[in-house]
Amino acid sequence: MTAAVTTASATTTRGAGKTSRRRSAVWLGLTPFAIYVILFLAIPAVLAVGSGFFDSTGTFTFANFSAVTDPSFQADFLNTIVLSAVTAVIGAIVGAVICFALLGTKPDGFLRTVIDSASSVLAQFGGVMLAFAFIATIGAQGVITQLLVQWGLVKNVFNNFEGGTLLYQPWQGLVIPYLYFQIPLMVIVFMPAIAGLKATWGEANATLGGTRFTYWTRIAFPILTPAFFGSLILLFANSFSSYATAAALISQGGLTSLDIKTALVSETVVGKANQAGILALAMVVVMIIVMVAYSALERRASRWRR
Amino acid sequence: MITKRHFAGVAVLAAAAIALAGCSSTASSSTTSTISKAKASTATSAAAFGGMKGLIAAANAEGQLNVITLPPSWANYGKIIALFEKTYPKIKINSANPNGSSANEVSAAEAQKGQSTAPDVFDIGTAVLDQNLDLVTPYKVSNWADIPADFKDPAGKWYYDYTGLMSIGYDSSKITKAPKTYKDLLGSAYSGKVSLKGDPTQANEAASAVYLAALQNGGSADNIQPGIDFFQKLKAAGNFNNVLPTQATVNSGETPVVLQWSFDNIAWGPAAGSAGNANWKVVIPSGSAALGSYYNQAINADAPDPAAARLWEEFIYTPAVQNLYLASGAYPATLAAMEKNKTVDAATLKTVGAPPSNFVQLTADQATAAATLLGSKWAAAIK
Repeated sequence: MTAAVTTASATTTRGAGKTSRRRSAVWLGLTPFAIYVILFLAIPAVLAVGSGFFDSTGTFTFANFSAVTDPSFQADFLNTIVLSAVTAVIGAIVGAVICFALLGTKPDGFLRTVIDSASSVLAQFGGVMLAFAFIATIGAQGVITQLLVQWGLVKNVFNNFEGGTLLYQPWQGLVIPYLYFQIPLMVIVFMPAIAGLKATWGEANATLGGTRFTYWTRIAFPILTPAFFGSLILLFANSFSSYATAAALISQGGLTSLDIKTALVSETVVGKANQAGILALAMVVVMIIVMVAYSALERRASRWRR
Repeated sequence: MITKRHFAGVAVLAAAAIALAGCSSTASSSTTSTISKAKASTATSAAAFGGMKGLIAAANAEGQLNVITLPPSWANYGKIIALFEKTYPKIKINSANPNGSSANEVSAAEAQKGQSTAPDVFDIGTAVLDQNLDLVTPYKVSNWADIPADFKDPAGKWYYDYTGLMSIGYDSSKITKAPKTYKDLLGSAYSGKVSLKGDPTQANEAASAVYLAALQNGGSADNIQPGIDFFQKLKAAGNFNNVLPTQATVNSGETPVVLQWSFDNIAWGPAAGSAGNANWKVVIPSGSAALGSYYNQAINADAPDPAAARLWEEFIYTPAVQNLYLASGAYPATLAAMEKNKTVDAATLKTVGAPPSNFVQLTADQATAAATLLGSKWAAAIK
């Protein structure tokens, strides 16, 4: 109601009224979202990272930065980056291929609709449920693992990977369950870019004597490249920040998000809770780099979608 | 089933008897108004309430009790909470974060300080408690003398409640020859099968498995390095299973061997009925002292329900509840006194077995040193 009153009174003023009114209306519309982001993202993030700069008695200190020099932290941080990079690259390539294939189907056809909606669901299918689904299929006693054993492969890739069960290796094993939500996510974020390729560009190419090959190499790929790398970065961030799936599968650390939990809740090595803030800071730094790159690419990519 | 039902009946009666005994001893106390919250918060025994009757009245007036990190399948807490609510129907138990750790208890108490949802009582590991002694307030239950002297703080800030023994749980349909010691687990029959209940640098239960491995391999409470070496060998042999065991993974056969507290292994086996694994068996490894780790009861100094918190402690140390701990496979703190007073459930004690004569628990200093070593060596050993 207040909004309506403000707008009404603004129309009666002259001069710069038009633009300022429009701007204030925009800000008003953004307010609920902005409050939400501040309350549930910005404040918790600042508090979490901030805790790294204090000791358990509340005195300001840089001592927690020693956590970064711990070799097991460094190994786990590397694991997290490798896992995220591998699942992002595989997810982006496979997802993009699926999008290309879907280009040949009718936009409102049965196949496209089914894959679209399935992707929306599966992109959110993570956590404990996903972990158990994979324990039941490729765990040590999983259906597929045991089928291979019955076929005579007593030691196969699933139950004998570097002397253990593949699924429970901190990064190699997690690639498979992570792809389960990475590929659908790629389909969701990349499909609009591919669907945005205009038929007129193909016709222009043909009119000027181009072939299908020159259409893809000279027109479509250059246009899609920023969108592709933007999606790739989004997939990286998605893997990087995942926690629940890994926590359900891996009991002995091995990823930074799991190390943060250990530092926070440990009942044996006590008094390291404030180091969690520094581990979080390390993750935030990587996420900031990734997100800056994403927004730069997104700006380039969106030029062609107008 | 019949024995269980009988047992529950006996338990209720025993609890009622204790409550009655409490009020008869203070017959002349005030029967009407309950004492103020401020006074309840500093009460160090039931006498401050004018005896058990006054304590019950004050707790009833509060009407609720907040407990934290008590999983229903852990040390029979499901039945203990149900018995409390049956005995004191006017008090509702709010059970928060059942699968949390001792550190979660402390952070909940700090974060919710002054709120009605803050935890009233703790069931907490020694290492975490030692760092947070300012969080708890002294209280001595009526049968304080039944708790052995080295099981309690002389001032009454904390008191042991129960311990499990570190054990091997195994699926007898997958492991045909029962393991006797930890060394047996290095054999080829255990390929990819042995898992720990969590990360030893995080969970006391998993760390205790490493401590027992040390005892089993020539180490001691002062020297746990042989325990870390044992798990390194287990990993190198390809026998270590990195997945976090749960009731679900035990049922599906994904984790055929789990090193954890005896009461947890018992709870996941036939004792759980149709929800458990009927082939699940429990072995206390031979060839070394048994290893346990008593948990502590303590009352939050800022408990929102101070009287109910004190009533809970009185209730925990009644023979009925101590017998419920015992029935889960855990050894309660007052077991020796109960054997002397003949209040122990003899049939249950026979099933669970007499407590081991050779028992090791790490002291606070030993635990700190062991944890420091784990913090620096564990991740590399298990890689």
